[in-house]
Amino acid sequence: MRNALTIARREIGAALASPVAYVLFGAFAFLYGYFFADYLQSFVEAGMRMSQMGGFSGGTLNVNTDLLRWLMASTAILVLFLLPLLSMRTVSEEIRSGTMELLLTAPITDGQIVIGKFLAALALYCGMLALTGLHVGVLFWFSRPEIAPVLAAYLGLLLLGAGLLALGLFFSSLTRNQIVAGLLTFGALLVLWLVEFAGARGGEFGRVLAYLSVTGHMEGFARGVIATRDLAFYLSFAAFWLYLARESVRSRRWRG
Amino acid sequence: MLRRPGNQSPRVPNLIESPLLQTAVEPLVQVDRVSKRYGRTLAVADLSFGVAKGEVLGFLGPNGAGKTTTMRVITGFMPPSEGRVLVGGLDIAESPLEVRSRIGYLPENPPLYPEMEVTAFLEFAARLRGVPKGGIRPAVERAIERCALGEARERIIGKLSRGYRQRVGLAQALVHEPEVLVLDEPTAGLDPKQIHETRKLIRTLAGERTVVLSTHILPEVTVTCDRVVIIAGGRLRAEDTPENLVARLGAAERGRGTWEIETAAPADAAEAALRAVPGVARVEAGPETAERTLVLQVEAAGDRAIATDLARALLEAGCPLFGLRRGGASLEDVFLALTTEETETNGTGDSSDATGAPEEHP
Repeated sequence: MRNALTIARREIGAALASPVAYVLFGAFAFLYGYFFADYLQSFVEAGMRMSQMGGFSGGTLNVNTDLLRWLMASTAILVLFLLPLLSMRTVSEEIRSGTMELLLTAPITDGQIVIGKFLAALALYCGMLALTGLHVGVLFWFSRPEIAPVLAAYLGLLLLGAGLLALGLFFSSLTRNQIVAGLLTFGALLVLWLVEFAGARGGEFGRVLAYLSVTGHMEGFARGVIATRDLAFYLSFAAFWLYLARESVRSRRWRG
Repeated sequence: MLRRPGNQSPRVPNLIESPLLQTAVEPLVQVDRVSKRYGRTLAVADLSFGVAKGEVLGFLGPNGAGKTTTMRVITGFMPPSEGRVLVGGLDIAESPLEVRSRIGYLPENPPLYPEMEVTAFLEFAARLRGVPKGGIRPAVERAIERCALGEARERIIGKLSRGYRQRVGLAQALVHEPEVLVLDEPTAGLDPKQIHETRKLIRTLAGERTVVLSTHILPEVTVTCDRVVIIAGGRLRAEDTPENLVARLGAAERGRGTWEIETAAPADAAEAALRAVPGVARVEAGPETAERTLVLQVEAAGDRAIATDLARALLEAGCPLFGLRRGGASLEDVFLALTTEETETNGTGDSSDATGAPEEHP
């Protein structure tokens, strides 16, 4: 574990020394801020309409179910598009610059290298998610939403990110070119996102496709429901790609 | 490209069957019948040699001879296709982490993170190599001092000059005080002063550490190494001390010596005088220099006493004598004899690198 943390620490330092992380954080903050403002405005307008009708509709608006749920689901899509930028350089850059030789001749296992890089990417992603705490905090300042569903949604986002980063790490370990790694990751994620729509057409095969959708499993979390099936999906998804990443790093040794 | 062992030309003395091949001491690093294949290419073929504790072993061969591949196998970067490597009695394949922690490796391109400061990078390298927490700072300080990095300690690696980067590379290989240091062309790309300093540093490491260094620069071997392994085409061609290699090639050309005599132009008078000396077989004048001097290559029978005769003959003929030096067999000759049958490009590339060899050889 110490070895993995050594790798992770250096990795985070490197990311914060390069402009990529800041551009990414900035882009995320901007887009998330836009979503937030948009959803909040719709929410407020709906609330005003409702009060004009004098409670005839019989329903009430809830910050949790009518605002945060949609905001969190949209954040998942945002993350899907942005995370390849975070994962693409992780291994590719080491291969390109020759520092992979340093890591592969150090007394650490290939698995520790992969885990270290994964933890670093995950930590940066957590930093990114922390930016949203500001917006969500505002909601807590002005109203009294339930905290548990919000935490469940964050857990979902964290698991989703872990899965996406593990996949990105694998593609990054395939090539010395980080752009290629990024595009491959992006392509793979696009496919895993679109299967949700393909799956919506129903049928036995459709259900399989729907299950494979990376964002589909986020809906439960966004509603505040932690389902074993969704947990299992994200954890096994991350484990699967981390395993492949380790095998890919190992195969570098044979290929030279 | 690969030749069968029986294919050697008769002019090349068979240096592999050396009595020194069987070292008396148990070697610290033992390369045992290692072969490495990349797809269909055989990069290293059935290579065996040992490195004794405290020894500096020069790993010599033309570009593409399999030096880097062999070093990558020794450092545990890649597993061999066949054979095994033992370090301190441990098989790399069986206990890779234990073996890797005993080795410091400087690859051909120093593995550096350009965005890091020198000190931070060395701390990372120490931690990565398993130096215990309390020992990291002192280890980094030692490495910085050893490699004369004091002035660059707070600087960003990406902004350092090539020479400094090479030194940082060396420092990261040394930082965990490894028993074995593997250096792949440690002086490549350095200026002459830096080369001198690097060689001096390597020499100071000898004795306490075992060093394997690869190079295609011949003087480097005579200056820094206790023993030489010459490989070409992935195969072992010779293994011995630099002196012995030269001596045995010299013995193969027994009774003949070459001499280089520097005198004033024109050459006619000097040539005639030298030809008259008994024992002289051949005299050949080199090109005239701007200072109107030239070098004569004289091939003569007999031992070194003939030098006196050559000098006397020259002076009696009224020609000035600016320099007289034994050419003889140098490591360069051994190297060329053993490797020139490889691909043309490799041979020429390396001989041009090696022109400085006779100066540094005793």
